[in-house]
Amino acid sequence: MGSALVSDRLYVRESVRHSVKILIVGHFAVGKTTLVGALSEIKPLRTEEQMTQVGEAVDDLTGVPEKTTTTVAMDFGRLTLSDDLVLYLFGAPGQERFKALWHDLARGALGALVLADTRRIEESFDVMTLLEERGLPYAVAINEFDGAPMFPEEELRDALDLLPTTPLVRCDARDPASSTQALISLVEYLIESKKRESA
Amino acid sequence: MSPPRHDRALVRPHVVTGGRAHPTRNIFDLVTLVIASRTQVAGLSPEKRKVMELCQGGALSVAEVAAHLALPVSVTKVLLSDLVDSGHIVTRASAAEPAEPSDHLLREVLDGLRARL
Repeated sequence: MGSALVSDRLYVRESVRHSVKILIVGHFAVGKTTLVGALSEIKPLRTEEQMTQVGEAVDDLTGVPEKTTTTVAMDFGRLTLSDDLVLYLFGAPGQERFKALWHDLARGALGALVLADTRRIEESFDVMTLLEERGLPYAVAINEFDGAPMFPEEELRDALDLLPTTPLVRCDARDPASSTQALISLVEYLIESKKRESA
Repeated sequence: MSPPRHDRALVRPHVVTGGRAHPTRNIFDLVTLVIASRTQVAGLSPEKRKVMELCQGGALSVAEVAAHLALPVSVTKVLLSDLVDSGHIVTRASAAEPAEPSDHLLREVLDGLRARL
């Protein structure tokens, strides 16, 4: 922090020519918005998208709108990483029913950070499946909630059914340094995976 | 182009976009950076004027434009697409390509993150 690149201005700096995105995913109340807020140089923003079912006949006024339309909110933030590059972090809901939204989110994303809570490990499975289906690489970060039980890494890996290569880190989503470190683990993993592929 | 009747939803976003649900071109990712390339807004709809007003100040991602104007991303893409067609808006970054990110790009991200610690 305190770097000259950090900016609280509304607009992206003039020299920036590239933008990338990383998804911050996980179940409800796992700390996605907290992490985005801890890292973003702008006040985190929210977009809302109305999801309608595919093939739905919208002229059918007899239909109850609540049944076919859901509003999905996404919180996101921005980090200027260099004179040329900005990174956007999107906090994304982990439910399967938001497939259309996921298509847009996952397309072109570098990867995802899965936030997990040791008190509700099994609630992370859905989102991990979603990522695997899309072939989007991810790292898992255990958000250390006060009072949440601590488990040995091996036990957590087993519980999450992680591949041996998938990074598993701990972080405090409220803490910028700790959250940055979690993202660094993800990006290191992306670089290593690429190396392995081309080897 | 006049859309088929059943495509006309009775919701405001479709009014804003002239009844279209999809942009004329599919060049926009959530993080594609856009900026105004003109100052005149004559003949534009009120929503497009708002987009132009916001985008005069500098570059923003599609997601930021949507959030600042409190519009759904899908609607924002339609508006931006029209404004690119009419020469009011240009895209600055060829953002996230659907292709694999290059090693160089990943290292730039890594260096940028490390520098923040």
